[in-house]
Formats: sequence, structure tokens, C-alpha cells
Amino acid sequence: MDQKSINDIISVEHLSHAFGDKIVLKDINLSVKKGEFVTILGPSGCGKTTLMRLIAGFLKASEGKIFIGGKEMNKIPPHLRPVNTVFQRYALFPHLNVFNNIAFGLNLKKLPKEEIKKQVKQVLKIVIMSDYEERDVDSLSGGQQQRVAIARAIVNKPEVLLLDEPLAALDHKMRKDMQMEIKAMHKKLNITFVYITHDQEEALTLSDRIVVIRDGVIQQIGTPTEIYNEPVNSFVADFIGESNILDGVMIEDELVEFAGHHFECVDKGFEPNELVEVVIRPEDIYIFDISEAAQFSGQVTSSIFKGVHYEMIVITPEGYEFTIQDYHYFEPGKTVGLLVKPFDIQVMKKERYWNTYEATIVDKEFVRFLGINFPCDSAGEFEPGSDVKVKVSFQNVVLHDNEEDGMLPGIVSFILYKGNHYHLTISTRDNENIFVDTNDIWDDGDTVGISIAPDSIQIEST
Amino acid sequence: MIKRIFSTSYLSILLVMLYAPILIIIIFSFTESKVLGNWTGFSFKLYTSIFHGGIHHSLTKALWNTLIIGLIAAFISMVLGTMAAIGIYNLMPRAQRAIKMMNTIPILNPDIITAISLFLLFVSLGFTQGYATVILAHITFCTPYVVLSVLPRLRRMNPNLYEAALDLGATPFVAVRRILLPELKPGMISGFILAFTLSIDDFVVTLFTIGNQGLETLSTYIYADARRGGLTPELRPLSAIIFITVLLLLLAINQRAAKKKL
Repeated sequence: MDQKSINDIISVEHLSHAFGDKIVLKDINLSVKKGEFVTILGPSGCGKTTLMRLIAGFLKASEGKIFIGGKEMNKIPPHLRPVNTVFQRYALFPHLNVFNNIAFGLNLKKLPKEEIKKQVKQVLKIVIMSDYEERDVDSLSGGQQQRVAIARAIVNKPEVLLLDEPLAALDHKMRKDMQMEIKAMHKKLNITFVYITHDQEEALTLSDRIVVIRDGVIQQIGTPTEIYNEPVNSFVADFIGESNILDGVMIEDELVEFAGHHFECVDKGFEPNELVEVVIRPEDIYIFDISEAAQFSGQVTSSIFKGVHYEMIVITPEGYEFTIQDYHYFEPGKTVGLLVKPFDIQVMKKERYWNTYEATIVDKEFVRFLGINFPCDSAGEFEPGSDVKVKVSFQNVVLHDNEEDGMLPGIVSFILYKGNHYHLTISTRDNENIFVDTNDIWDDGDTVGISIAPDSIQIEST
Repeated sequence: MIKRIFSTSYLSILLVMLYAPILIIIIFSFTESKVLGNWTGFSFKLYTSIFHGGIHHSLTKALWNTLIIGLIAAFISMVLGTMAAIGIYNLMPRAQRAIKMMNTIPILNPDIITAISLFLLFVSLGFTQGYATVILAHITFCTPYVVLSVLPRLRRMNPNLYEAALDLGATPFVAVRRILLPELKPGMISGFILAFTLSIDDFVVTLFTIGNQGLETLSTYIYADARRGGLTPELRPLSAIIFITVLLLLLAINQRAAKKKL
């Protein structure tokens, strides 16, 4: 058996999972310390629930290993794992009352009746549901059912408590209250919590550490502040909180260019003139009446009161749009000065510079990739039948409103605004991604036709 | 006003037409006459003679056979049908559709086809026809109905319930017994009752699978009796008893359903 750090209550190694041909988790590596509150955060369909089900044992991993308390769990069935789960829709047993729901696990352990009674009473006190023992679970409100579900899990004193979007079905205010209670419970119980959610605010509020997942791949693991202040890529930056994300060029160490200006920053270790992405949080841009202190300027186009601060949209003369939050109000139409401090600029490596695909030369005029034959000007320079690599720049992919107008249909699956253009991720039917830079506005989930001009496909031999 | 008179009279005529034959049989079960329609004075004699051996012993025997076959077939159908429903529910959508279609074929299939094919099957396998073959045949056509009455319960159930039980330390067997079965119980009971009535009701399949060892159920007995010329008068009180029993059962079930809803 592998020697695990005794502090790691859960350790996941090279875990992958697929449903049929659909890969939902790719090479997940994760360790959770004893007593930690770890949140697994990602948009719906990212694989976070699958990860939870693998840890709980409801699914068998296609590949990789899961250790809980230092023991390999791959072959251990769910009822023997030291883990209890709070399910998304509570999953209380409808034919049992509150007491018997909570006592279910204790009854199976064949504890004496008096002991069971005592422990149920105790745990009901923790979830503030004393005197509800005899109630039918169907007669309880959503919040109360949630408390019973938590009580039913923690009464077994698991080493790890898994919570699968436990607050998703509650209304906003209830959710806020429950968040605080869950946090308090975690402090009191000394149980490791693994919390699954798609709500970034919930993740930031509750967690010791956050694991951001997208499309079955871990994007970043870090404390809430690390994730918020130093997102590793534009996805994380966009998913967690509001942000201005722009394309930039790293001129040299600690100097970056974006939005047509040079800025000092604190990031190092990039190639000279490397293309990068830059994140600036809306509250990190200083906005003031135009003066000499301004690094750059812009015109306010909208200004909305958000309760504590104003949210303003400012457009620079170079055509870049910034979202800015400030306590002071600047009326639309006004020209303002803007300033960003070096440590508030987060520079990220670009995930990709081109669309690249494996391809095959069909004949003098066509090259085949993404499952169809594209006419291509430079196809004639290669031997028919040879395997090549094609590159298409983001600007050269053309999108059509009607699927039929394109060469290939697709669905807009992710939209990122980059200050002066949109960077779209288009998913094809075969789950391939095509990335597009465009000025047109599309909505998430739009079906589009995709076409690529014959002269914008570049071929490289492999 | 006129409309109301019409609608109520239409309903009463319909009900009278439906229930008149049964009513007549019940009325004439309280007289001794051999021929239906002849009132020879009030008497319980036919009732007592059903349960007193003698020449009509074969009728009570047929009744018992019917009930025993019905109960065994309904019980086994309930078990098999519930297991099948759980299995079907856990299949991938495409396989689920295919199996559900296969499940409805025996329901839509004409009785006579089921009867002949089972008959041929038993003959070709060399089974002696009797109790066992009738029960097997009844299980065959009852099980799909149980599947159909259990599946909706499963679909309405929270899909995490079973996993929640496992999660709390129950073995798969305990999880099924303590969580899944109580959840499915209403569907299983209605499936059982449906199967039981179908079994009692059946004539065609029974006739083809009952063999010639002298085993009779109520339906085959009455059929044979009618062909011999004239129905035994004891059939009248028997019909009355069965009707009243079914009526009471139905009332009980409705009462239960109404209580559940409150």
C-alpha cells in the first residue's frame, strides 16, 4: 500500500471517469487535509457531482485511485466507506419520521436503543431541530428537511462529510442563513467537509480551499483569496467574481501592455513579447476626475447603483471597455482618469493562441478535420493521405445565425468578454471545441453554423 | 332542468343495464329453484350446499383451486414484476424503452395466442400439465401488469434514496428491504391485486394449460358445466359471494387511497 501523508484524509490520484465514450473527469489529483473545508466548484456538467459520487463509492472509477484515511477505496462499497453524504434533494426516507431517518445509520450499527435516542437528540440540537422527532419528513419545509439531511449524515460521525449542492433548492435568504450554520457546524464538529457547488459566492464564503473544475479538468486549487486574486486562467477569473479580462503582451519582466498602454506589474518569467491574458478586478481600477495621475482615460457610458458601490462602464479612446466599481458616482458622459496599481494586475499565460487540429490531406483541394472536408488553398502542397496539423486563428472562424449556412453546426458553450471583443468557445457535435474572436453578440447555448475560408487554414506537417 | 333529467336518467339506465344481470343472480341465489327465473320461496339452501360436499363438491374444489392458483401466481408475479421494474428503471434510456416495449407485448397479445404458445411450450418440454403449468402460465401474463404498476412509483421516487441508504451503512440487500420496498409497496400491492383478479378471471390460457388430470378452476368448471347442459344452481350463490367480496375489496382499496391523499 502506498504511504500516504497521515494528514490527508482524502487523496485522489490520477482519477479519470467516463460514461461510455464521454469523458467526464480527466486525471484528477487532489488531497484534502483532515478537518479541512474544501469546496469543489464548477459550472453544471463540469464533473463535480461525478467526483463526489466516486468518493462516496456510488460509481466505480474508470482509472486512478481514491484513498480515504490512508486506505485505498476503489474496491470498497459505499456502505463500508467512512463517508456520509448530504444529497442535493435531501433524499430523506419518506416513510420514516424525523427520528427514524436520523437513527437509520445508528440502527444499522445495532447500538442500544437508549444510546440511539441520546445521539439523535444531540444531533437535532446541533441542527436546531429539537422537538421535531415525531414529525413526518414531508411536513417539513425545505430548510428543515435540509437540516434533517445534515443531521442524518453527521450523527454517524463520518470522517468526511460530502455535501452535494445542499443549498441549491433553498431561497436566497434561507441560503445565506444556512451557509453561516454550515460554517459554524464545521468548526464545531471537527469533520472534514467536501462541499460541491456551482455558486462561486458560496465557495468563497465557506471554504478553506477551493478546487475549480471545468470540463472534467481541475483548473486551480487554492484558498478563496488566491483563487480570487490570482486566477490561473481566464476561465477561473471569469467564473469567480466579476473581472475585466483582456489580451495583452508581456513586453519584459514586470511590464505588460494591454488596452493600448504599458503598465507596470509584478509578474515575471514570461518570454519577451509573449502573448498573455490580463485580469483586473472591477474594484481594483481607480477612477477619478481627469488629472496628471491618470495612466489612461475613458468616458463613462453607464453608472448603476449596486447598494454599496456604483458599477460603471468606461470606454477608453482606444475602444476598450472596463467595468469599474467605486463608492463615488461619475455620471455617464463624463471623461475620467483611470489608474491600476501593479499588484492589482494579474497576468496569466494564454491557454491557446490558435485553433489546432489533427488533420488529413484528402486531395489537392481538401483537408479533413473536425469530421468534415474543408476546402483549403494550401492542401496541394502536401501528399494526399498524409497526416498533418492545421491551425486556424480565432478571428478567421466565421459564425452564421443559421446552422445550414455553415459547413459544420455548433453550440456556443462559453463566452468571455475581452474588453473590445468576445472570445467564444463553440462545441461541435463530436465535443470538439472551436475558439472564435468576434465583435458580434451571441448567447450561451445559441446554435450556429461554422465556416472557415479556404485561405485561412494553415497546414503544418507533423 | 330537462338536461339534468336526461343526464340522470341516462346514467340510471346505464347502471341498471350493467348491474341487472348480477342483481338478478343475487336475488335468485336465495331460492331453491333449479331454473333461473322461477321463484320457489326464500331459502339459504343453495348457500349451505356449496360448502357441504356431496354432488357439488367439485364446485367448491374448483373455487379453492382458483383462489390458490390466483394467490400463488399473483405473489410470484409481484416479486418478479417488482424485480423487473427495478432492473428496467436502472437501465440506460434506450435499453429501457426496448424492454418496456417487450413488456407490453404480452399485455396486447391476444389471450388465445399466449394460450397456444404456452401449451406448445409445455408439450414440447414434456411437462405434465396441471397445477404447476397453470400457475406458470398465469405468472407469464400477470407479471407485465405488476411491472407497469411498480414503474411509476420508482419514477416518482427520489433517485438518491437507495444511495442514501447505502451511504448510511446499509448493505445493498438491507437498502432494498428497508428503503426501496417500503417505497414501492403501494405499487406492489396494486400490482398484486391486479394480478390476482386477472388470474381468477382467466379462462382461455387456463383451459389450454390445465391438462386432463381432472384439475378444474372456476372458469373451466363453469364452462364444462354449461356444455353438459344447464348451469348448476349453486353457481348463483357462488357468484353472489364473489361479487360481494370483490365489492368489499374495492371499497377497502378506495378507502385506503382516499386516506392516503388527505
